[in-house]
Amino acid sequence: MMNQTNQPLLQVEDLRVSFTSGGALVDAVRGVSFSLGREKLAIVGESGSGKSTVGRTLLRLHPKSARITASKMQFGDIDLATCSEKTMQSIRGQRMSMIMQDPKYSLNPVMRVGDQIAEAYLAHHKVARAEANQRALAMLEAVRIRDPQRVFRMYPHEVSGGMGQRIMIAMMLITEPEVVIADEPTSALDVSVRLQVLATLDDLVSKRGLGLIFISHDLNLVRSFCDRVLVMYAGRVVESIAASDLDNAKHPYTQGLLASLPSVDQRRERLPVLQRDPAWLTQPIGA
Amino acid sequence: MAMIEVDKLNLSFGEGAEANQVLHDVCFDVGDGEAFGLVGESGSGKTTVLRCLAGQYSHWSGSLAINSERLGRKLDKARCRKLQMVFQDPYGSLHPRHTVETALSEPLAIHGITDASRRIDSILTKVGLPTNFRYRYPHQLSGGQRQRVAIARALILEPRILLLDEPTSALDVSVQAEILNLLADLRKQEGLTYLLVTHDLGVVAHLCDRVAVMQQGRIVDLIESASLVGAVPEHPYTRMLVEASRHYSREMAEVGADLTPAEAV
Repeated sequence: MMNQTNQPLLQVEDLRVSFTSGGALVDAVRGVSFSLGREKLAIVGESGSGKSTVGRTLLRLHPKSARITASKMQFGDIDLATCSEKTMQSIRGQRMSMIMQDPKYSLNPVMRVGDQIAEAYLAHHKVARAEANQRALAMLEAVRIRDPQRVFRMYPHEVSGGMGQRIMIAMMLITEPEVVIADEPTSALDVSVRLQVLATLDDLVSKRGLGLIFISHDLNLVRSFCDRVLVMYAGRVVESIAASDLDNAKHPYTQGLLASLPSVDQRRERLPVLQRDPAWLTQPIGA
Repeated sequence: MAMIEVDKLNLSFGEGAEANQVLHDVCFDVGDGEAFGLVGESGSGKTTVLRCLAGQYSHWSGSLAINSERLGRKLDKARCRKLQMVFQDPYGSLHPRHTVETALSEPLAIHGITDASRRIDSILTKVGLPTNFRYRYPHQLSGGQRQRVAIARALILEPRILLLDEPTSALDVSVQAEILNLLADLRKQEGLTYLLVTHDLGVVAHLCDRVAVMQQGRIVDLIESASLVGAVPEHPYTRMLVEASRHYSREMAEVGADLTPAEAV
Protein backbone atom coordinates (compact mmCIF):
# COMPACT_ATOMS: atom_id res chain seq x y z
CA MET A 1 0.00 0.00 0.00
CA MET A 2 1.27 3.44 -0.83
CA ASN A 3 0.37 6.85 0.53
CA GLN A 4 -0.49 5.38 3.87
CA THR A 5 -1.39 8.50 5.80
CA ASN A 6 -3.67 8.99 8.73
CA GLN A 7 -5.39 11.94 7.12
CA PRO A 8 -8.89 10.75 6.18
CA LEU A 9 -10.00 11.35 2.58
CA LEU A 10 -13.55 12.02 3.60
CA GLN A 11 -15.17 13.02 6.85
CA VAL A 12 -18.91 13.03 7.34
CA GLU A 13 -20.60 14.16 10.51
CA ASP A 14 -24.27 14.10 11.37
CA LEU A 15 -25.54 13.73 7.81
CA ARG A 16 -29.31 13.99 7.47
CA VAL A 17 -31.30 13.54 4.29
CA SER A 18 -35.05 13.79 3.91
CA PHE A 19 -37.34 13.67 0.91
CA THR A 20 -40.79 15.13 0.49
CA SER A 21 -43.32 12.51 -0.40
CA GLY A 22 -46.92 13.54 -0.94
CA GLY A 23 -46.51 16.63 1.21
CA ALA A 24 -44.96 14.71 4.10
CA LEU A 25 -41.27 14.78 4.96
CA VAL A 26 -39.64 11.34 5.03
CA ASP A 27 -36.30 10.97 6.80
CA ALA A 28 -34.07 8.65 4.78
CA VAL A 29 -30.79 9.29 6.58
CA ARG A 30 -30.84 10.38 10.20
CA GLY A 31 -27.51 11.48 11.57
CA VAL A 32 -24.80 9.40 9.90
CA SER A 33 -21.15 10.04 10.76
CA PHE A 34 -18.10 8.27 9.41
CA SER A 35 -14.67 8.90 8.00
CA LEU A 36 -12.97 7.21 5.09
CA GLY A 37 -9.25 6.66 4.71
CA ARG A 38 -7.39 4.76 1.99
CA GLU A 39 -9.37 1.64 2.69
CA LYS A 40 -12.33 -0.45 1.61
CA LEU A 41 -15.27 0.67 3.70
CA ALA A 42 -18.52 -1.24 3.41
CA ILE A 43 -21.97 0.15 4.09
CA VAL A 44 -24.40 -2.73 4.61
CA GLY A 45 -28.06 -2.80 5.44
CA GLU A 46 -31.40 -3.96 4.10
CA SER A 47 -33.45 -2.21 1.45
CA GLY A 48 -34.61 1.16 2.69
CA SER A 49 -31.87 1.49 5.30
CA GLY A 50 -30.47 4.55 3.53
CA LYS A 51 -27.16 3.05 2.41
CA SER A 52 -27.50 4.13 -1.23
CA THR A 53 -28.85 7.51 -0.19
CA VAL A 54 -25.62 8.19 1.70
CA GLY A 55 -23.56 7.32 -1.39
CA ARG A 56 -25.64 9.50 -3.67
CA THR A 57 -25.58 12.40 -1.21
CA LEU A 58 -21.79 12.51 -1.32
CA LEU A 59 -21.95 13.15 -5.07
CA ARG A 60 -25.02 15.37 -4.76
CA LEU A 61 -27.07 13.17 -7.06
CA HIS A 62 -30.39 13.79 -5.33
CA PRO A 63 -33.15 15.95 -6.72
CA LYS A 64 -33.29 19.56 -5.53
CA SER A 65 -36.28 18.76 -3.34
CA ALA A 66 -34.14 16.58 -1.09
CA ARG A 67 -33.22 18.29 2.17
CA ILE A 68 -29.61 17.60 3.05
CA THR A 69 -27.90 18.87 6.17
CA ALA A 70 -24.62 17.91 7.77
CA SER A 71 -22.42 19.50 10.35
CA LYS A 72 -19.48 18.37 8.24
CA MET A 73 -18.91 16.76 4.84
CA GLN A 74 -15.23 17.40 4.32
CA PHE A 75 -13.58 16.00 1.20
CA GLY A 76 -9.93 17.11 1.15
CA ASP A 77 -10.09 20.90 1.28
CA ILE A 78 -13.69 21.10 0.09
CA ASP A 79 -16.88 21.06 2.12
CA LEU A 80 -19.33 19.03 0.06
CA ALA A 81 -22.30 20.35 2.01
CA THR A 82 -21.81 23.99 1.07
CA CYS A 83 -19.69 24.06 -2.10
CA SER A 84 -21.10 25.49 -5.33
CA GLU A 85 -22.58 23.40 -8.10
CA LYS A 86 -19.55 24.33 -10.22
CA THR A 87 -17.12 22.93 -7.66
CA MET A 88 -19.31 19.85 -7.43
CA GLN A 89 -19.01 19.35 -11.18
CA SER A 90 -15.25 19.38 -10.94
CA ILE A 91 -15.37 16.73 -8.23
CA ARG A 92 -18.03 14.46 -9.65
CA GLY A 93 -16.43 11.84 -11.88
CA GLN A 94 -13.02 13.43 -11.46
CA ARG A 95 -12.04 13.21 -7.80
CA MET A 96 -14.94 11.06 -6.67
CA SER A 97 -16.89 8.67 -8.88
CA MET A 98 -19.58 6.06 -8.59
CA ILE A 99 -19.96 2.54 -9.94
CA MET A 100 -23.62 1.62 -10.34
CA GLN A 101 -25.29 -1.71 -9.83
CA ASP A 102 -26.39 -2.76 -13.27
CA PRO A 103 -24.28 -2.03 -16.36
CA LYS A 104 -27.32 -2.82 -18.53
CA TYR A 105 -29.02 0.35 -17.35
CA SER A 106 -26.04 2.54 -16.55
CA LEU A 107 -24.14 2.52 -19.85
CA ASN A 108 -25.29 4.63 -22.78
CA PRO A 109 -26.86 2.11 -25.16
CA VAL A 110 -26.20 4.11 -28.36
CA MET A 111 -22.55 4.93 -27.80
CA ARG A 112 -19.54 2.71 -28.30
CA VAL A 113 -18.01 1.47 -25.08
CA GLY A 114 -14.60 3.01 -25.79
CA ASP A 115 -16.07 6.40 -26.62
CA GLN A 116 -17.97 6.40 -23.34
CA ILE A 117 -14.82 5.71 -21.37
CA ALA A 118 -12.90 8.37 -23.31
CA GLU A 119 -15.75 10.83 -22.75
CA ALA A 120 -15.34 10.44 -19.00
CA TYR A 121 -11.72 11.49 -19.38
CA LEU A 122 -12.42 14.30 -21.85
CA ALA A 123 -15.01 15.80 -19.52
CA HIS A 124 -12.27 16.65 -17.06
CA HIS A 125 -9.10 16.97 -19.15
CA LYS A 126 -8.27 19.25 -22.07
CA VAL A 127 -6.56 16.70 -24.28
CA ALA A 128 -6.87 15.52 -27.86
CA ARG A 129 -9.43 12.83 -28.64
CA ALA A 130 -6.65 10.46 -29.69
CA GLU A 131 -4.96 10.71 -26.33
CA ALA A 132 -8.24 10.09 -24.49
CA ASN A 133 -8.80 7.04 -26.67
CA GLN A 134 -5.33 5.77 -25.81
CA ARG A 135 -6.07 6.16 -22.15
CA ALA A 136 -9.42 4.39 -22.53
CA LEU A 137 -7.67 1.45 -24.19
CA ALA A 138 -5.10 1.29 -21.43
CA MET A 139 -7.90 1.38 -18.89
CA LEU A 140 -9.73 -1.51 -20.59
CA GLU A 141 -6.51 -3.44 -20.29
CA ALA A 142 -6.19 -2.50 -16.61
CA VAL A 143 -9.61 -4.00 -15.87
CA ARG A 144 -8.39 -7.17 -17.56
CA ILE A 145 -10.46 -7.18 -20.71
CA ARG A 146 -8.80 -9.65 -23.01
CA ASP A 147 -9.10 -7.92 -26.36
CA PRO A 148 -9.34 -4.19 -25.58
CA GLN A 149 -9.12 -3.07 -29.23
CA ARG A 150 -12.19 -5.10 -30.13
CA VAL A 151 -14.20 -4.29 -27.00
CA PHE A 152 -13.44 -0.58 -27.47
CA ARG A 153 -15.61 -0.59 -30.60
CA MET A 154 -18.49 -2.59 -29.14
CA TYR A 155 -21.87 -1.30 -28.03
CA PRO A 156 -23.15 -2.08 -24.51
CA HIS A 157 -25.70 -4.63 -25.77
CA GLU A 158 -22.86 -6.66 -27.26
CA VAL A 159 -21.04 -7.22 -23.98
CA SER A 160 -21.86 -9.59 -21.11
CA GLY A 161 -22.78 -8.46 -17.61
CA GLY A 162 -19.31 -9.06 -16.21
CA MET A 163 -17.67 -7.22 -19.07
CA GLY A 164 -20.16 -4.36 -18.72
CA GLN A 165 -19.27 -3.98 -15.07
CA ARG A 166 -15.54 -3.93 -15.91
CA ILE A 167 -16.25 -1.24 -18.48
CA MET A 168 -18.02 0.80 -15.86
CA ILE A 169 -15.09 0.36 -13.47
CA ALA A 170 -12.75 1.49 -16.27
CA MET A 171 -14.92 4.56 -16.88
CA MET A 172 -14.98 5.48 -13.21
CA LEU A 173 -11.27 4.99 -12.61
CA ILE A 174 -9.90 6.63 -15.78
CA THR A 175 -9.89 10.06 -14.15
CA GLU A 176 -7.87 8.64 -11.25
CA PRO A 177 -10.30 9.62 -8.51
CA GLU A 178 -9.40 9.65 -4.85
CA VAL A 179 -12.68 8.12 -3.72
CA VAL A 180 -14.84 5.56 -5.51
CA ILE A 181 -18.36 4.74 -4.39
CA ALA A 182 -19.55 1.34 -5.59
CA ASP A 183 -23.29 0.78 -5.16
CA GLU A 184 -23.94 -2.97 -5.20
CA PRO A 185 -21.45 -3.35 -8.06
CA THR A 186 -21.68 -7.12 -8.28
CA SER A 187 -25.18 -8.10 -7.23
CA ALA A 188 -26.34 -8.44 -10.85
CA LEU A 189 -23.48 -10.82 -11.65
CA ASP A 190 -22.97 -14.57 -11.49
CA VAL A 191 -20.77 -16.04 -8.80
CA SER A 192 -17.67 -16.77 -10.88
CA VAL A 193 -17.87 -13.46 -12.76
CA ARG A 194 -18.52 -11.61 -9.50
CA LEU A 195 -15.31 -12.97 -8.02
CA GLN A 196 -13.30 -11.79 -11.01
CA VAL A 197 -14.82 -8.31 -11.06
CA LEU A 198 -14.14 -8.00 -7.34
CA ALA A 199 -10.54 -9.11 -7.85
CA THR A 200 -10.13 -6.41 -10.51
CA LEU A 201 -11.60 -3.76 -8.23
CA ASP A 202 -9.48 -4.99 -5.34
CA ASP A 203 -6.26 -4.69 -7.37
CA LEU A 204 -7.02 -1.21 -8.65
CA VAL A 205 -8.03 0.09 -5.24
CA SER A 206 -4.91 -1.14 -3.49
CA LYS A 207 -2.56 -0.24 -6.38
CA ARG A 208 -3.81 3.33 -6.62
CA GLY A 209 -4.41 3.83 -2.92
CA LEU A 210 -8.03 4.90 -3.30
CA GLY A 211 -10.74 5.06 -0.73
CA LEU A 212 -13.58 2.72 -1.66
CA ILE A 213 -17.11 2.93 -0.29
CA PHE A 214 -18.69 -0.41 -1.04
CA ILE A 215 -22.47 -0.38 -0.63
CA SER A 216 -23.88 -3.88 -0.34
CA HIS A 217 -26.48 -6.07 1.30
CA ASP A 218 -24.23 -9.12 1.21
CA LEU A 219 -22.64 -9.56 4.62
CA ASN A 220 -20.67 -12.64 3.65
CA LEU A 221 -19.04 -10.84 0.76
CA VAL A 222 -18.31 -7.68 2.70
CA ARG A 223 -16.76 -9.64 5.52
CA SER A 224 -14.01 -11.00 3.30
CA PHE A 225 -13.69 -8.15 0.80
CA CYS A 226 -13.68 -4.97 2.89
CA ASP A 227 -11.61 -3.61 5.76
CA ARG A 228 -14.33 -1.96 7.79
CA VAL A 229 -18.12 -2.23 7.88
CA LEU A 230 -20.82 0.30 8.74
CA VAL A 231 -24.13 -1.39 9.48
CA MET A 232 -27.13 0.81 8.71
CA TYR A 233 -30.64 0.42 10.02
CA ALA A 234 -33.49 2.84 9.32
CA GLY A 235 -31.22 5.66 8.23
CA ARG A 236 -28.69 5.36 11.04
CA VAL A 237 -25.37 3.64 11.51
CA VAL A 238 -26.02 1.17 14.32
CA GLU A 239 -22.56 -0.35 14.31
CA SER A 240 -19.12 0.36 12.89
CA ILE A 241 -16.81 -2.63 13.06
CA ALA A 242 -13.68 -4.12 11.47
CA ALA A 243 -14.74 -6.63 8.81
CA SER A 244 -12.60 -9.35 10.36
CA ASP A 245 -14.35 -8.74 13.65
CA LEU A 246 -17.93 -9.18 12.38
CA ASP A 247 -18.34 -12.45 14.26
CA ASN A 248 -18.05 -10.45 17.49
CA ALA A 249 -20.62 -7.85 16.42
CA LYS A 250 -22.25 -6.22 19.44
CA HIS A 251 -25.44 -4.79 18.02
CA PRO A 252 -28.42 -7.18 18.02
CA TYR A 253 -29.33 -6.04 14.48
CA THR A 254 -25.92 -7.02 13.10
CA GLN A 255 -26.04 -10.28 15.01
CA GLY A 256 -29.56 -10.95 13.75
CA LEU A 257 -28.59 -10.29 10.14
CA LEU A 258 -25.61 -12.60 10.38
CA ALA A 259 -27.63 -15.34 12.03
CA SER A 260 -30.40 -15.21 9.44
CA LEU A 261 -28.02 -15.99 6.57
CA PRO A 262 -28.42 -19.57 5.38
CA SER A 263 -25.06 -21.25 5.23
CA VAL A 264 -23.48 -24.26 3.58
CA ASP A 265 -21.56 -25.05 6.74
CA GLN A 266 -24.29 -24.88 9.31
CA ARG A 267 -27.29 -27.21 9.08
CA ARG A 268 -30.19 -25.70 10.98
CA GLU A 269 -33.77 -26.81 11.12
CA ARG A 270 -35.02 -23.22 11.15
CA LEU A 271 -33.30 -19.90 10.61
CA PRO A 272 -33.54 -17.41 13.45
CA VAL A 273 -35.86 -14.58 12.47
CA LEU A 274 -34.82 -11.02 13.15
CA GLN A 275 -36.80 -9.43 15.99
CA ARG A 276 -36.72 -5.67 15.48
CA ASP A 277 -36.48 -3.57 18.60
CA PRO A 278 -37.99 -0.05 18.33
CA ALA A 279 -35.15 1.18 20.53
CA TRP A 280 -32.75 0.67 17.59
CA LEU A 281 -34.37 3.67 15.95
CA THR A 282 -33.23 6.07 18.62
CA GLN A 283 -30.46 4.73 20.82
CA PRO A 284 -26.99 6.16 20.21
CA ILE A 285 -24.31 4.10 18.50
CA GLY A 286 -22.42 1.80 20.80
CA ALA A 287 -25.18 1.76 23.38
CA MET B 1 -40.46 -43.95 -4.59
CA ALA B 2 -39.66 -41.18 -7.01
CA MET B 3 -42.08 -38.29 -7.20
CA ILE B 4 -40.38 -36.55 -10.11
CA GLU B 5 -38.43 -38.49 -12.72
CA VAL B 6 -36.47 -36.64 -15.35
CA ASP B 7 -34.75 -38.87 -17.87
CA LYS B 8 -32.56 -37.80 -20.79
CA LEU B 9 -34.22 -34.41 -21.05
CA ASN B 10 -33.00 -32.51 -24.10
CA LEU B 11 -34.14 -29.15 -25.40
CA SER B 12 -33.02 -26.90 -28.24
CA PHE B 13 -34.13 -23.56 -29.51
CA GLY B 14 -33.85 -22.72 -33.19
CA GLU B 15 -33.66 -24.95 -36.25
CA GLY B 16 -30.91 -26.71 -38.21
CA ALA B 17 -27.52 -25.06 -38.13
CA GLU B 18 -28.87 -22.25 -35.96
CA ALA B 19 -30.08 -24.68 -33.29
CA ASN B 20 -28.88 -23.95 -29.80
CA GLN B 21 -29.10 -26.89 -27.48
CA VAL B 22 -29.76 -25.66 -23.96
CA LEU B 23 -30.31 -28.97 -22.13
CA HIS B 24 -28.13 -32.03 -22.67
CA ASP B 25 -29.36 -35.38 -21.33
CA VAL B 26 -30.50 -34.06 -17.97
CA CYS B 27 -31.40 -36.97 -15.64
CA PHE B 28 -32.41 -36.90 -12.00
CA ASP B 29 -35.05 -38.27 -9.61
CA VAL B 30 -36.71 -36.53 -6.70
CA GLY B 31 -38.20 -38.73 -3.99
CA ASP B 32 -41.63 -38.27 -2.45
CA GLY B 33 -41.35 -35.54 0.19
CA GLU B 34 -37.78 -34.72 -0.77
CA ALA B 35 -36.40 -31.24 -1.34
CA PHE B 36 -34.10 -31.28 -4.32
CA GLY B 37 -32.00 -28.33 -5.48
CA LEU B 38 -30.68 -27.29 -8.87
CA VAL B 39 -27.87 -24.75 -8.70
CA GLY B 40 -25.93 -23.08 -11.45
CA GLU B 41 -25.16 -19.71 -12.99
CA SER B 42 -27.27 -17.83 -15.49
CA GLY B 43 -27.63 -19.77 -18.71
CA SER B 44 -26.89 -23.13 -17.10
CA GLY B 45 -30.41 -24.35 -17.89
CA LYS B 46 -31.68 -24.74 -14.35
CA THR B 47 -34.83 -22.67 -14.84
CA THR B 48 -35.40 -24.32 -18.22
CA VAL B 49 -35.72 -27.69 -16.50
CA LEU B 50 -38.42 -26.22 -14.25
CA ARG B 51 -40.21 -24.72 -17.23
CA CYS B 52 -40.28 -28.08 -19.01
CA LEU B 53 -41.86 -29.67 -15.92
CA ALA B 54 -44.30 -26.80 -15.53
CA GLY B 55 -45.42 -27.15 -19.13
CA GLN B 56 -44.13 -23.79 -20.31
CA TYR B 57 -42.01 -25.51 -22.97
CA SER B 58 -43.43 -28.43 -24.90
CA HIS B 59 -40.81 -29.24 -27.55
CA TRP B 60 -38.47 -31.14 -25.25
CA SER B 61 -37.40 -34.71 -25.86
CA GLY B 62 -36.74 -37.42 -23.31
CA SER B 63 -39.14 -38.38 -20.60
CA LEU B 64 -40.68 -36.60 -17.64
CA ALA B 65 -42.79 -38.39 -15.07
CA ILE B 66 -44.67 -37.29 -11.97
CA ASN B 67 -45.66 -39.95 -9.47
CA SER B 68 -44.80 -42.64 -12.07
CA GLU B 69 -47.15 -41.12 -14.67
CA ARG B 70 -45.47 -39.88 -17.83
CA LEU B 71 -46.12 -36.27 -18.67
CA GLY B 72 -47.53 -35.37 -22.04
CA ARG B 73 -46.37 -32.34 -23.95
CA LYS B 74 -49.53 -30.40 -23.44
CA LEU B 75 -50.19 -28.78 -20.12
CA ASP B 76 -53.49 -30.16 -18.83
CA LYS B 77 -55.57 -29.43 -15.76
CA ALA B 78 -54.47 -32.65 -14.10
CA ARG B 79 -50.84 -31.55 -14.13
CA CYS B 80 -51.77 -28.22 -12.54
CA ARG B 81 -53.30 -30.11 -9.64
CA LYS B 82 -50.08 -32.05 -9.17
CA LEU B 83 -47.48 -29.32 -9.45
CA GLN B 84 -47.36 -25.56 -9.12
CA MET B 85 -44.65 -22.99 -9.48
CA VAL B 86 -43.49 -20.08 -7.31
CA PHE B 87 -41.59 -17.40 -9.21
CA GLN B 88 -38.60 -15.29 -8.35
CA ASP B 89 -39.98 -11.81 -8.28
CA PRO B 90 -43.06 -11.28 -6.13
CA TYR B 91 -43.27 -7.76 -7.56
CA GLY B 92 -43.76 -9.12 -11.07
CA SER B 93 -45.66 -12.33 -10.49
CA LEU B 94 -48.81 -10.89 -8.91
CA HIS B 95 -51.30 -8.94 -11.01
CA PRO B 96 -51.11 -5.35 -9.75
CA ARG B 97 -54.86 -4.69 -10.18
CA HIS B 98 -56.11 -7.96 -8.68
CA THR B 99 -56.72 -8.30 -4.97
CA VAL B 100 -55.24 -11.24 -3.10
CA GLU B 101 -58.71 -12.77 -3.12
CA THR B 102 -59.02 -12.53 -6.91
CA ALA B 103 -55.55 -14.00 -7.39
CA LEU B 104 -56.31 -16.91 -5.09
CA SER B 105 -59.81 -17.65 -6.35
CA GLU B 106 -58.86 -17.80 -10.03
CA PRO B 107 -57.23 -21.26 -9.90
CA LEU B 108 -60.23 -22.50 -7.90
CA ALA B 109 -62.68 -21.18 -10.48
CA ILE B 110 -60.72 -22.74 -13.35
CA HIS B 111 -60.77 -26.11 -11.64
CA GLY B 112 -64.43 -25.84 -10.63
CA ILE B 113 -63.80 -25.92 -6.91
CA THR B 114 -66.68 -24.38 -5.00
CA ASP B 115 -65.93 -23.47 -1.38
CA ALA B 116 -63.44 -20.77 -2.45
CA SER B 117 -63.95 -18.48 0.51
CA ARG B 118 -63.19 -21.11 3.12
CA ARG B 119 -60.16 -22.33 1.18
CA ILE B 120 -58.75 -18.82 0.85
CA ASP B 121 -59.03 -18.26 4.59
CA SER B 122 -57.35 -21.53 5.35
CA ILE B 123 -54.51 -21.06 2.86
CA LEU B 124 -53.80 -17.50 4.07
CA THR B 125 -53.57 -18.78 7.63
CA LYS B 126 -51.28 -21.57 6.47
CA VAL B 127 -48.80 -19.14 4.89
CA GLY B 128 -48.91 -16.92 7.97
CA LEU B 129 -51.02 -14.02 6.73
CA PRO B 130 -54.12 -12.60 8.48
CA THR B 131 -57.31 -13.58 6.64
CA ASN B 132 -58.33 -9.96 6.07
CA PHE B 133 -55.34 -9.63 3.70
CA ARG B 134 -57.61 -11.11 1.04
CA TYR B 135 -58.96 -7.63 0.34
CA ARG B 136 -55.54 -6.11 -0.29
CA TYR B 137 -53.81 -5.27 -3.54
CA PRO B 138 -50.16 -6.26 -4.11
CA HIS B 139 -48.94 -2.67 -3.64
CA GLN B 140 -50.34 -2.79 -0.11
CA LEU B 141 -48.06 -5.70 0.76
CA SER B 142 -44.33 -5.92 1.53
CA GLY B 143 -42.03 -8.11 -0.55
CA GLY B 144 -42.16 -10.95 1.96
CA GLN B 145 -45.95 -10.77 2.21
CA ARG B 146 -46.22 -10.87 -1.59
CA GLN B 147 -44.07 -13.97 -1.73
CA ARG B 148 -46.36 -15.53 0.89
CA VAL B 149 -49.32 -14.76 -1.36
CA ALA B 150 -47.48 -16.31 -4.32
CA ILE B 151 -46.87 -19.44 -2.24
CA ALA B 152 -50.54 -19.47 -1.19
CA ARG B 153 -51.60 -19.22 -4.83
CA ALA B 154 -49.38 -22.17 -5.69
CA LEU B 155 -50.72 -24.25 -2.79
CA ILE B 156 -54.41 -23.50 -3.12
CA LEU B 157 -54.95 -26.37 -5.58
CA GLU B 158 -53.26 -28.70 -3.06
CA PRO B 159 -50.47 -29.87 -5.35
CA ARG B 160 -47.97 -32.48 -4.18
CA ILE B 161 -45.04 -30.69 -5.78
CA LEU B 162 -43.81 -27.10 -5.66
CA LEU B 163 -41.40 -25.84 -8.29
CA LEU B 164 -39.53 -22.96 -6.68
CA ASP B 165 -37.64 -20.62 -9.02
CA GLU B 166 -35.29 -18.47 -6.93
CA PRO B 167 -38.09 -17.83 -4.42
CA THR B 168 -36.03 -15.62 -2.10
CA SER B 169 -33.46 -13.88 -4.28
CA ALA B 170 -35.48 -10.66 -4.52
CA LEU B 171 -35.86 -10.44 -0.73
CA ASP B 172 -33.74 -9.02 2.08
CA VAL B 173 -31.90 -11.58 4.20
CA SER B 174 -34.16 -11.17 7.23
CA VAL B 175 -37.25 -11.70 5.07
CA GLN B 176 -35.52 -14.53 3.22
CA ALA B 177 -35.10 -16.34 6.56
CA GLU B 178 -38.85 -16.05 7.21
CA ILE B 179 -39.81 -17.41 3.78
CA LEU B 180 -37.29 -20.27 4.02
CA ASN B 181 -38.72 -21.20 7.43
CA LEU B 182 -42.24 -21.10 6.00
CA LEU B 183 -41.22 -23.36 3.11
CA ALA B 184 -39.56 -25.81 5.51
CA ASP B 185 -42.66 -25.87 7.76
CA LEU B 186 -45.08 -26.34 4.86
CA ARG B 187 -43.05 -29.21 3.51
CA LYS B 188 -43.13 -30.93 6.88
CA GLN B 189 -46.87 -30.32 7.45
CA GLU B 190 -48.14 -31.15 3.98
CA GLY B 191 -45.54 -33.70 2.90
CA LEU B 192 -44.70 -31.62 -0.16
CA THR B 193 -41.95 -32.36 -2.65
CA TYR B 194 -39.77 -29.38 -3.63
CA LEU B 195 -37.68 -28.75 -6.68
CA LEU B 196 -35.76 -25.57 -5.94
CA VAL B 197 -33.74 -23.59 -8.47
CA THR B 198 -31.26 -21.04 -7.17
CA HIS B 199 -27.79 -19.61 -7.63
CA ASP B 200 -27.35 -19.27 -3.87
CA LEU B 201 -25.64 -22.29 -2.40
CA GLY B 202 -26.47 -21.24 1.14
CA VAL B 203 -30.20 -21.32 0.37
CA VAL B 204 -30.09 -24.65 -1.39
CA ALA B 205 -27.95 -26.30 1.28
CA HIS B 206 -30.34 -25.03 3.92
CA LEU B 207 -33.57 -26.19 2.33
CA CYS B 208 -32.61 -29.22 0.23
CA ASP B 209 -31.39 -32.72 0.96
CA ARG B 210 -29.65 -33.21 -2.38
CA VAL B 211 -28.27 -30.72 -4.88
CA ALA B 212 -27.51 -31.10 -8.59
CA VAL B 213 -24.98 -28.64 -9.99
CA MET B 214 -25.67 -27.53 -13.56
CA GLN B 215 -23.30 -25.93 -16.03
CA GLN B 216 -24.03 -25.19 -19.67
CA GLY B 217 -27.11 -27.40 -19.84
CA ARG B 218 -25.61 -30.43 -18.14
CA ILE B 219 -25.69 -31.78 -14.61
CA VAL B 220 -22.01 -31.88 -13.69
CA ASP B 221 -22.23 -32.89 -10.05
CA LEU B 222 -24.74 -34.36 -7.58
CA ILE B 223 -24.14 -33.91 -3.87
CA GLU B 224 -25.81 -34.40 -0.51
CA SER B 225 -26.18 -31.07 1.32
CA ALA B 226 -25.05 -32.67 4.56
CA SER B 227 -21.75 -33.64 2.96
CA LEU B 228 -20.97 -29.97 2.22
CA VAL B 229 -20.62 -28.96 5.87
CA GLY B 230 -17.06 -27.75 6.36
CA ALA B 231 -16.01 -29.77 3.33
CA VAL B 232 -14.17 -29.01 0.10
CA PRO B 233 -16.11 -30.61 -2.78
CA GLU B 234 -14.16 -32.62 -5.33
CA HIS B 235 -15.65 -31.23 -8.51
CA PRO B 236 -13.80 -27.99 -9.35
CA TYR B 237 -16.92 -26.09 -10.40
CA THR B 238 -18.86 -27.11 -7.28
CA ARG B 239 -15.83 -26.20 -5.19
CA MET B 240 -15.76 -22.72 -6.73
CA LEU B 241 -19.49 -22.20 -6.05
CA VAL B 242 -19.19 -23.43 -2.46
CA GLU B 243 -16.08 -21.38 -1.70
CA ALA B 244 -17.66 -18.28 -3.21
CA SER B 245 -20.69 -18.70 -0.95
CA ARG B 246 -18.36 -18.81 2.05
CA HIS B 247 -16.19 -15.78 1.28
CA TYR B 248 -14.39 -13.75 -1.38
CA SER B 249 -10.88 -14.90 -2.13
CA ARG B 250 -8.28 -14.07 -4.76
CA GLU B 251 -7.47 -17.68 -5.57
CA MET B 252 -11.11 -18.53 -6.26
CA ALA B 253 -11.32 -15.58 -8.65
CA GLU B 254 -8.51 -17.13 -10.69
CA VAL B 255 -10.18 -20.56 -10.58
CA GLY B 256 -13.48 -18.99 -11.59
CA ALA B 257 -11.78 -17.41 -14.60
CA ASP B 258 -10.67 -20.83 -15.83
CA LEU B 259 -14.08 -22.39 -15.34
CA THR B 260 -16.22 -19.85 -17.15
CA PRO B 261 -16.50 -19.42 -20.89
CA ALA B 262 -14.40 -16.51 -22.15
CA GLU B 263 -17.30 -14.51 -23.55
CA ALA B 264 -18.97 -14.28 -20.14
CA VAL B 265 -16.04 -12.42 -18.64
